[in-house]
Amino acid sequence: MPGDTLTREHVLGNVDEIPVGEGRNFEVAGRTVAVFRNHAGEVFASQADCPHLGGPLADGMLGGSTIMCPLHDRMFDLRTGSVLVGECGITVYPIRKAEDGTLLLSLDG
Amino acid sequence: MAKQKLVVIGNGMAGARAVEEVLARGGAEMFDIVMFGDEPHGNYNRIMLSNILSGQQTYDEIFLNPLPWYAENGITLHAGERVTEIDRFAKVVTSAGGVKEHYDVLLISTGSRAFMPPIPGLHTAGGTLKPGVFGFRTIEDTNGMVAAAAPGVKAVVIGGGLLGLEAARGLLNHGCDSTVVHLGGHLMDAQLDATGGAMLRTAMERMGVRVLLSKSTTEVLGEDKVTGLTFKDGETIDCDLLVVAAGIRPNAEIGTRAGLTVERAIVVDNHMRSVDDPSVYVVGECAQHRGMVYGLVAPLWDQAKVFADHVTGRNRDAAYHGSKLATKLKVMGVELASMGITMPKEERDEVIQFMEPKKGTYKKLIVREGRLVGGILMGDISKAAFLMQAFDRDSPLPDERLSLLFDLGAPPQKVTLDEMPAEAQVCNCNGVSKAAIGTAVAGGCKTVTAVMNATRAGKGCGSCKGLVGDVVAWFLGGAVEEDPSVHWYVPCIPMKKQELVAAIREQELKSVSAVFRALAGGVEDPASKIPLASLLNTIWPGEYVDERDARFINDRVHGNIQKDGTFSVVPEMAGGLCTPEELVRIANAAVKYKVPLVKLTGGQRIDLVGVKKEDLPGIWRDIGMPAGHAWGKSYRTCKSCIGIDYCRFGLGDSMGLATRIEKTFRALSDSPGKMKLGTTGCPRNCSEALIKDVGMVAVGDGKWEIYIGGAGGAHVRKGDLLCTVEGEDEVMKVIGRFMQFYREDAKYKERTYTWVPRIGLERIRAVVVDDSEGWCERFDREIEAAIAAYRDPWLDRDAPKTANQFASLIPAEG
Ligand SMILES: Cc1cc2nc3c(=O)[nH]c(=O)nc-3n(C[C@H](O)[C@H](O)[C@H](O)COP(=O)(O)OP(=O)(O)OC[C@H]3O[C@@H](n4cnc5c(N)ncnc54)[C@H](O)[C@@H]3O)c2cc1C
Ligand code: FES
Repeated sequence: MPGDTLTREHVLGNVDEIPVGEGRNFEVAGRTVAVFRNHAGEVFASQADCPHLGGPLADGMLGGSTIMCPLHDRMFDLRTGSVLVGECGITVYPIRKAEDGTLLLSLDG
Repeated sequence: MAKQKLVVIGNGMAGARAVEEVLARGGAEMFDIVMFGDEPHGNYNRIMLSNILSGQQTYDEIFLNPLPWYAENGITLHAGERVTEIDRFAKVVTSAGGVKEHYDVLLISTGSRAFMPPIPGLHTAGGTLKPGVFGFRTIEDTNGMVAAAAPGVKAVVIGGGLLGLEAARGLLNHGCDSTVVHLGGHLMDAQLDATGGAMLRTAMERMGVRVLLSKSTTEVLGEDKVTGLTFKDGETIDCDLLVVAAGIRPNAEIGTRAGLTVERAIVVDNHMRSVDDPSVYVVGECAQHRGMVYGLVAPLWDQAKVFADHVTGRNRDAAYHGSKLATKLKVMGVELASMGITMPKEERDEVIQFMEPKKGTYKKLIVREGRLVGGILMGDISKAAFLMQAFDRDSPLPDERLSLLFDLGAPPQKVTLDEMPAEAQVCNCNGVSKAAIGTAVAGGCKTVTAVMNATRAGKGCGSCKGLVGDVVAWFLGGAVEEDPSVHWYVPCIPMKKQELVAAIREQELKSVSAVFRALAGGVEDPASKIPLASLLNTIWPGEYVDERDARFINDRVHGNIQKDGTFSVVPEMAGGLCTPEELVRIANAAVKYKVPLVKLTGGQRIDLVGVKKEDLPGIWRDIGMPAGHAWGKSYRTCKSCIGIDYCRFGLGDSMGLATRIEKTFRALSDSPGKMKLGTTGCPRNCSEALIKDVGMVAVGDGKWEIYIGGAGGAHVRKGDLLCTVEGEDEVMKVIGRFMQFYREDAKYKERTYTWVPRIGLERIRAVVVDDSEGWCERFDREIEAAIAAYRDPWLDRDAPKTANQFASLIPAEG
C-alpha cells in the first residue's frame, strides 16, 4: 500500500472501548500507549506514564485536550504534549478515528 | 527606528528577571527578545527547591515564568537549547541543537552549577556522576533526590553550608537517615562564628541530622552505585544517596571561549557590561564585578535593574556598586539569619551579644561607628527585618543598643509602618520595596494576592508574607479586599458555592458537562470536574446524571490508587467487627491474588494494598463483603471501643451505635472532604472520638455527647461539644443533619475541622439542633434520599458501569 512504509498505522480497536471523557491503556507493538476520548468526540494518544513519578495518565482527569495525572496533578496538553503544570512535557502520538469508529495510531509519525 | 535584537543566554533567575526589567521599561518596543535556556521548562524560583525537597511546596508553586509567559510577552524561547558558541564578530550564537540567532545586544546569564570536588569515585568510568550521587541545583536534581529518598535510606550530604543543611533537612522529611559531612570546623563557616556554628549543630542534631565536622572525604565507594564514603582519618560511612553541596562554579566557560576576560567569572564594568565588548552584558552568578562573584539572589535583582536601565537608554549612567550579603537559612525548625562579617575586624568594632544556649537563642551584632557591619541571629529572629535593612542601607543605629536585640515594649505596628522608609525592602527574596507595593496598590491592586502577583512580594521564601499583608493594608488604609477567586467553588466559574448552587438549581443542571456548557463557556477544566460532581450529587440525590469521567479514578474503580498505580481494597467492618468466616475469606483472597501488603488501618479495618486494577472484581467477589468506602471524599468509617458488653467501664453501646452509623451513613458517598467518625463507650475515649469529624461519647443513662470538627491527622484539633442527646435515635438524627449541613455548605476539600470554626459552633448548633432556619426537614429528606439510593459500589464487579472499567491494558487489534 502506498505510504505504508512511511508511517504504519496500528488498529487499536473501536472507539467504544474507551468511555466518553476517559482514557485507557492499549498495548501496541510491545508498547503501552494511553488513549483518550473527550466529550467533543476527539481522540488523543500519549505516553502511558507521567514523566513526574510514573503515574498512570489513562486514569487521570480529562477536560478538552488537557489531562491531569491522578497522582500529583501535573497537567499536559494532549494535542501538543506540552506541559501546563509540571516540569516537562510528554510524548504524544498521531491518532485518528475512522468513519466506523476504528482507532488508528501511528507510533513513529 | 528598526528594532534591535536582544539575545539572552540562560533562562534562570537573573536572565528572566533582567528581561522583565527591560519589558518594564518599554523594552518590547525597542527589542525583539530571544532567550535560550538549558532546561525544557520556564524560569522557576530556584531557591524554593529546598522547600520542594522538604515537601513544603509543590512545583506549580515555584514557577516564576511558566512557558505561556514568554509567548504572551512576544519573547522567543528556545527551551532545552544549550548555547555552545558565541561568534562575537558575526554577532551570532549557536546552540547544541543547531539553532542560530543573530544579536545586536547579548546578555549572558548562565548562572552556575554545583561544584564537584575531585574526589575519586564520584564519577563512573564514563564520566557521568555515579548513580546515587546528586548535585543540588535544578528541578531535575531535586526530582532525582526525591525518587531516591525513602525511609531508611542512608543519605549523606557533603558540605555544611546553607545548601547542604537545607538538603539534609529535606531528606530527613523523607525518612532518610541523614548525615552532613563538613570540611570546616563548624557549620556554615561563611556566615557564622564558632559559637553560632556549635549552636546550629545542636539544633540540627536535635532534629535528627548527624553532623561530622573537620572531615575530608577521600573516596566515594561503590561499583555501579554509591555505597559509602572513606575519610582522610581512615573512617568510613555507609551511604546510599550522596548529595554534593560543596560550593558552586560559575558557568563562565562560554565567555572564555568567546574571548571575554574571565577570572572567577566573566568580568564586567559598573554597567554590567563585559569589559571587552560593549554589546555583551553579563548578570547573575556568572558575572564578576569588582572582584566579587555572588551566590545569592538579592545582588542579581540590582544587577538586572542596572542592565535594563542601561540597555534601554532609560539611564545610561546607571551603575552597580556591589551588594552586601545577608541570608536566612530555610531549614524547617531552625530560625537563623546572618549578615556581613562574623567577627570584629578592627579595633573600633563594638560587639553586642546575647546568648541563651538552652533555648538555642544567640544574637550577635558587630557595630562600627554606629553602623551595623555584621550580625548573627539564631532562635529568635524577630529583629531580623529591621537589622537587615539597617545593615543594607548603612543607616545609623539607635544609641539604645539593647533595643537592637529585643523589642522593648514593642512599638505598635502602625508606627513602624509609618516610619518605614519608602525604599525599604519588604521582600528580600524578590527585592520588593515598600514603595513598589505602594505603586501596585495605586495601580489598582486591592487584594494581597493581586499585589503579590504584580510585585512577587512574598513569593520567595515566604517568610515576609505577613509583613506584605500589613504593608498592603497600610497603603489601603485598612480597606483591603479579599481576592474574590479564593471564594469561588471552582476556578473556572466565578461564583461562590451558594451562588453556584442557586444557578445549578435554577437552570436544572444535572451533569458536570451541562454545568461546563451553561456556566463555563463550554471549557472543560479537568481539575473542576471532581468538585462539580461532588456538588451535583449533593444537590440532586437520585437525579444526578453520573458521568463516570467526572469521578476521580478512586471513585471509578472503588479503591484508593497507590503510587505504583495499583489499588487498595478495604472491606466494610462496621465498628471494627468481623466474623471468623470473613477473616478466612479475606486471608484466602489475599493469598490467591498475591496481595503484597496486608495492613490494619487507623479506622479499624483490614487494608489489602497493591491490588491490580483488573483483579479488583475478582477479589471483591471472593471476599463477599461490602465496600468499606476507604477511598473518597465521603463518609469513611466509624471507629469504636469495645463498649458495654465486656468493658468494665462501659456506659454505652459504642459498638452497636458505630454499626448503625456505618450501615446508614455509608450512603453519603460524596462530601466536601472525608468524614471519619468515632463512638466511645465512656469518657476514657479509647476510640479517640474527640478528634473525629463527628464523635459520640457515652456519658451514662443512655446519654451521648456529640463532638464535631475534631481532627487527628496532619492537623490536630479537639472536637467541639455540639450537644448532649438521649438515645441512639437522637444521635442519628442530629449527626445526619450536621453532616448534610456540612455537605451543602463547606468548600470543596474543606474538612470539618476548618469548616466548623469558620461557620462557628453557635451557628451550627442553631441550625442543626434548634432548627433556627427551618432547614432540618430538608436535611432529613436528603439524607433519606441518599440512603434509599445507596447501592454497594463493589457490585460493579458483576455489572461494570463502563467499557473496560477494570482493564489495565487493552491489547490492540493489529
Ligand atoms: C536549593 C537552592 C537554594 C537556594 N537558596 C537561596 C536562598 O535562600 N537565598 C538566596 O539568595 N539564594 C539562594 N540560592 C541561590 C540562587 O538560587 C541563585 O543565586 C540564583 O538562582 C542565581 O541566578 P542565575 O540566573 O545567576 O543562575 P540560575 O538561576 O542558575 O540560571 C542560569 C540559567 O542559565 C541556563 N544556562 C546555563 N548555561 C547555559 C547555556 N550554555 N545555554 C543556555 N542556557 C544555559 C541554565 O539552564 C539556567 O536556566 C539557592 C540555590 C539553590 C540551588
Ligand atoms: S506521577 Fe504524575 S503528577 Fe506525579
